[in-house]
Amino acid sequence: MLANYMPVLIFLCIGAIMGTVLIAVGWFLGPRRPDAEKNSPYECGFEAFEDARMQFDVRYYLIAILFIIFDLEIAFFFPWAVALREIGAAGFWAMMIFLLVLVVGFIYEWRKGALEWD
Amino acid sequence: MFEFLRIYVFTPLAGALVPPAVEMNVVYTLDILAKIVVILVPLVLSVAYLSLAERKIIGWMQVRRGPNRVTFFGIPWLRGWGQPIADVFKLIFKEIIVPSGADKRLFIIAPILSLAPSIAAWAVIPFDDGMALADINAGLLYILALTSLAVYGIIIAGWASNSKYAFLGAMRSVAQIVAYEIAMGFALVGVLVAAGSLNLGDIVRAQSGSVLHWFWIPLLPLFGVYFISGVAETNRAPFDVAEGESEIVAGFHVEYGGMGFSLFFLAEYANMILISALASILFWGGWLSPLQGIPVLGESSLIWLLAKTSFFLFLFLWFRATFPRYRYDQIMRLGWKVFLPITIVWIGGGGK
Repeated sequence: MLANYMPVLIFLCIGAIMGTVLIAVGWFLGPRRPDAEKNSPYECGFEAFEDARMQFDVRYYLIAILFIIFDLEIAFFFPWAVALREIGAAGFWAMMIFLLVLVVGFIYEWRKGALEWD
Repeated sequence: MFEFLRIYVFTPLAGALVPPAVEMNVVYTLDILAKIVVILVPLVLSVAYLSLAERKIIGWMQVRRGPNRVTFFGIPWLRGWGQPIADVFKLIFKEIIVPSGADKRLFIIAPILSLAPSIAAWAVIPFDDGMALADINAGLLYILALTSLAVYGIIIAGWASNSKYAFLGAMRSVAQIVAYEIAMGFALVGVLVAAGSLNLGDIVRAQSGSVLHWFWIPLLPLFGVYFISGVAETNRAPFDVAEGESEIVAGFHVEYGGMGFSLFFLAEYANMILISALASILFWGGWLSPLQGIPVLGESSLIWLLAKTSFFLFLFLWFRATFPRYRYDQIMRLGWKVFLPITIVWIGGGGK
């Protein structure tokens, strides 16, 4: 059973190794002649005004929180969807109640304007 | 070919080099490595030639010719075909610039983090009946997990670059990917309800019959949601505000050049091919023939999967040539206020 996952693990390692090797090849074959102007962050030819790690819109943060809620919901839905034929009507309606609770939350955040971008 | 390699190359080689106790494991590992190479080499080649196809097709759609200079050995009718190879060499020999103020370690790790999952996701794709590297029962869950990992490469790249364009691009890109991932996940739940399995091979087998048995008919709205979300997930036009040239130059990879850039490029195109392959596996019958039941043409084979995947890849390029770029608030509205309600309603109705 677990042996089936061995190729997946090896493939993940190969992916990481491939990325590392490609970067290393570029690093060793390419020239390296840094100077202050070349290494300065790109800002349309101007000197950089301030540090780039600046304040950003709080809405991105909100989106991240909403994402966690809904992604977790999907994680609950996956096993339910696979087993739907065995668990019958009771299983279906139980999940619908769960979905209803989430939809109420979704409507609330919609009305509160958490999904608005302007 | 595997058989040949196994019998004449790996087994004798392993027998000569290692004691018998370790031998089994070594042969097993070499076997898997050979299969990985057989998947990876065509994948990388298709990425290279997808970039050529993109430039050629968009060129033709705009009544120009696209790349038409670089050829192999001066053969005139191969004009343009050498372009991807030439690009590779150019990118290898370019300088990797680490901007001052950048977090050096994260700056180097980010492209690797973005490439590894987009390649490793191919481990569970069934190319033909039983022809998957890892025929695991959690196939679709694994795909969903790995496509989520792509976010880390992007946000780390944007953060590490210490450039405002990169930072803004990364924020936009991540918020967009995350929003569409939810719509995509719900669309996949619909597929699971219809197929009753997470195993990609079983999902294709559940569709056997004819074109009318494929899931695109009962799940048509979910297919639309899935494919459009796929376009948005890979940050392709018309959802490419993350790298909108006119405002934030190139988005999260503005500070990357040479190999760093090509890793992001490789990851993006491998993801495009993955989304197309998944669209054909989940909704369009994978390796099954549309003419099932008719001799010869009705045989299921790898060719059908490749043909369907190529068609969806063509759609990606067609979209890019046709549609103007969305505005960012429109993108978020489409993801949260249109796709999410559609999929929730369809799961409620379809599940019943």
